[in-house]
Amino acid sequence: MSAVIDDKTRNRALINEVLATYPEKAGKKRAKHLNVYEEGKPDCGVKSNIKSLPGVMTIRGCAYAGSKGVVWGPIKDMVHVSHGPVGCGQYSWATRRNYANGTAGVDSFAALQVTSDFQEKDIVFGGDKKLDKLIDEIKTVFPLAKGVSVQSECPIGLIGDDIEAVAKKKHKETGLSVVPVRCEGFRGVSQSLGHHIANDAIRDWVFDKADYEAPFESTSYDVVLMADYNIGGDAWASRILLEEMGLRVIGQGTGDATLKEIEMMPRAKVLLLHCYRSMNYIARHVEEKYGVPWMEYNFFGPTKIAESLRKIAALFDDTIKANAEKVIAKHEQLCADVIAKYKPRLEGKKVMLYVGGLRPRHVIGAYEDLGMDVVGTGYEFGHGDDYQRTTGYIKDGTLIYDDASGFELEKFAEKIRPDLIGSGVKEKYIFQKMGIPFRQMHSWDYSGPYHGYDGFAIFARDMDMAINSPVWSLTKAPWKK
Amino acid sequence: MAQSAEKVLDHSALFQTPEYKELFERKRAFEHTVPVDEVKKTCDWTKTWEYREINFSREALTINPAKACQPLGAVMAAAGFEGTLPYVHGSQGCVAYFRSHFNRHFKEPVSAVSDSMTEDAAVFGGLTNMVDGLANAYALYKPKMIAVSTTCMAEVIGDDLDAFIKTAKDKGSIPKDFPVPFAHTPSFVGSHVTGYDNMLKGCLTHFWEGKERKESTSININGGFDGYCVANTRELKRLLAEMDVEYTVLSDTSDVYDTPTNGEFNMFAGGTRYDDAVNALHAKGTIFMQGISAAKSAEYVEKVGQKAVSLHCPIGVAGTDAFLMAVSELTGKPIPASLELERGRLVDAIADSQAYLHGKKFALFGDPDMLLGLTGFLLELGAEPVHIVCTNSTKDFVEKMEKLLAASPFGQGAKLWPGKDLWHMRSLLATEPVDFLIGSSHGKYLERDIGTPLIRIGFPIFDRHHHHRFPIWGYQGGLNVLVKILDKIFDTLDASTVEGSPSFDLVR
Repeated sequence: MSAVIDDKTRNRALINEVLATYPEKAGKKRAKHLNVYEEGKPDCGVKSNIKSLPGVMTIRGCAYAGSKGVVWGPIKDMVHVSHGPVGCGQYSWATRRNYANGTAGVDSFAALQVTSDFQEKDIVFGGDKKLDKLIDEIKTVFPLAKGVSVQSECPIGLIGDDIEAVAKKKHKETGLSVVPVRCEGFRGVSQSLGHHIANDAIRDWVFDKADYEAPFESTSYDVVLMADYNIGGDAWASRILLEEMGLRVIGQGTGDATLKEIEMMPRAKVLLLHCYRSMNYIARHVEEKYGVPWMEYNFFGPTKIAESLRKIAALFDDTIKANAEKVIAKHEQLCADVIAKYKPRLEGKKVMLYVGGLRPRHVIGAYEDLGMDVVGTGYEFGHGDDYQRTTGYIKDGTLIYDDASGFELEKFAEKIRPDLIGSGVKEKYIFQKMGIPFRQMHSWDYSGPYHGYDGFAIFARDMDMAINSPVWSLTKAPWKK
Repeated sequence: MAQSAEKVLDHSALFQTPEYKELFERKRAFEHTVPVDEVKKTCDWTKTWEYREINFSREALTINPAKACQPLGAVMAAAGFEGTLPYVHGSQGCVAYFRSHFNRHFKEPVSAVSDSMTEDAAVFGGLTNMVDGLANAYALYKPKMIAVSTTCMAEVIGDDLDAFIKTAKDKGSIPKDFPVPFAHTPSFVGSHVTGYDNMLKGCLTHFWEGKERKESTSININGGFDGYCVANTRELKRLLAEMDVEYTVLSDTSDVYDTPTNGEFNMFAGGTRYDDAVNALHAKGTIFMQGISAAKSAEYVEKVGQKAVSLHCPIGVAGTDAFLMAVSELTGKPIPASLELERGRLVDAIADSQAYLHGKKFALFGDPDMLLGLTGFLLELGAEPVHIVCTNSTKDFVEKMEKLLAASPFGQGAKLWPGKDLWHMRSLLATEPVDFLIGSSHGKYLERDIGTPLIRIGFPIFDRHHHHRFPIWGYQGGLNVLVKILDKIFDTLDASTVEGSPSFDLVR
């Protein structure tokens, strides 16, 4: 017990130390985003989804990143146009690792960088005509594409372009689904508004145009696996479990999704939601309008996987419930072997997380399955409901940081000296210089999948590799005291 | 179940197992994708001359361009000065992208801040963001200099950096005498190399404007936007030391993007010292290693009275000769025997290997200066450049490249494709095949689609490690490039014998 009190005292002191460095006005603002979790409280005691401070190295991205990079980009049979100057599309070109089957540039377009490459004249005279022509060109160059999404970059909303009018016109002319998305990077405070805008575009430009009167042979086991972006194949490692328990996955999205699969959401008996943050909006809409319930699940680590499989099965009949038990039983040996192999090497290791979406909470169970302790966590672009949901995962005294800057994370890491940090590529090399083992928890550091039972084995191996690499014993020259 | 604790399969093996192959088949039933044979037919058609013509008639659509936007280059130029925090005025997402882009290439920390402009700034302008942003950045990171560039958002709404920075100083965000060079870097003009040039000029203007120049014996050197800046700059320093030349590297990123793992993170490692940058005004001249991408800076250098020497990413024997002779001419120092010896060794290496290089056909893509340097080297190897794609081409580049090609019998079969992208390149490779492709990691899709082996030289290199730690400039750099090319030639030759060919020679 005293250890927890010590940690709490230290963490509070740490927060104060960090805040003291800021100018007064900025310090007051940041104070609301940092806290030490008190067990029993309904949330983590931090404010969130607020503008980042100017001049402070926020890790956050923008609305475009949330729409093109996260929600729309992975839909593989559509061409996603980064509409505006060349950069946004270039930097987000195939870096997120949403795996998709198909022939690139022929019937699968997720790994392409397609842009209107705005020049000065497009800014001055507007880009609508260029967009109009560009969609015709997509039709001839990519004849198998099922649609086009227009991912707005900053200038679009500033120069008064009417991409919605262009989209309507081109849909009529070409027969393609053309989806305008108003995800200009200056909108909102982070990626998060981009997710929301992208969700609304699915509602307005996919569901509202789809024909739900058309005949469809449904079964009582139909589900849509959604808000899994198939990073390193995550969605496949999840789908395999759902199918094994007898459910019929009629749509998967948006990782490795086709447009048709996205249209399937309203047809499902239940929507299974992996990343609540990025697609809860459309799940709520489908529930309201089509009466399809949705449920969050967590497929990180055997404890949470078993919990989630049972929770999902509870929505179905006894056959599915029995199947869920069989799936759990079938994988027990694998999990026991993985834990037997890696837990002795990882037990008691301290982890600090700083990620986006759902991971700051969802992966905690997987670490705990391996005997590891998450001592600090925070969200890049979380909202209040994320911090409420986090309370069920964390321990008393956990350090909480919302929209943390590089500066804050460095200070925290210097004092806490965790055995592992899980965050993004921008943080990776900073902490490795400090001699702290690190895994990228957005891209799975080019590994994965981490979801499902297959993924847990990879997760455990990767954490072991990071922490127990001999390289960390070489950071100090032996002749130095 | 294929997965086991004993032999953990990750994505590359896991998804090849029967259970996942079957899953993909089940999934296909719900995808409503095009039938496999139609995909195959269409794929074949995209490799025809007919498709090439359709592809080359594109006017509005850009697919897989080989260029990025201005502020990326501005961040690199700024990072090369000691204690400098690159600061980008505009939307925050851009800076996250610049940082991660460099992270993935250099595998290094990359520091840069944004002043996070949002909707209200779009309406009222970003002055408040600048005032708060400079104050926060100064207090938190304690830089010696903050170098400000812009995103397209700030450019579209017309924010005035000069006035904003002055106002921020008046309001006490930062001390009045705190150095804040700046450059407007609109993303819808030019490319990342333009942004580098603009920021370099902004910094030089800050260091030199209004100061009296007294010519010294020293020279300046600038590498330009260079993915190999770490090793190239060190190689240049070594060569200049061999020649006993006094020099200042303008924007020295060699120790910025190559820091040790020693238990400490140093946010402001390396960089050209402030005083050195100021005193660089007095140099006899400045050598720009990538002249096309430094046009404005070169103009400014001449304006202050220095000589500006523009080279073009000199790779190989003639390129390095030209560099050393330029240094010699500028400083009056002779080229020492030690460097002539290095030269002879590179020539020796080329002579040993020329039979494998002569007449090999190459396609290339990249930045203008890089393409000039690589093409020059290929020509002296007796190799034949065929397709040269430069998305961020300039008029000056086209003239220089055409002259370079015309001067060599090995350049007669080459065609330059200014402003084209890598989807154009796909058609070129499919209809007029070549032996090898040279370019950045983005070329790997072409290698997969068309089968042309990719030699990774350029920026960014995301999928191979540590290439930037080896120079491509100087005679040593030429040797590195030679070996990269040869290794791919030999690997390809060996791989071609897998189907039972006897030509699997032990000695080549």
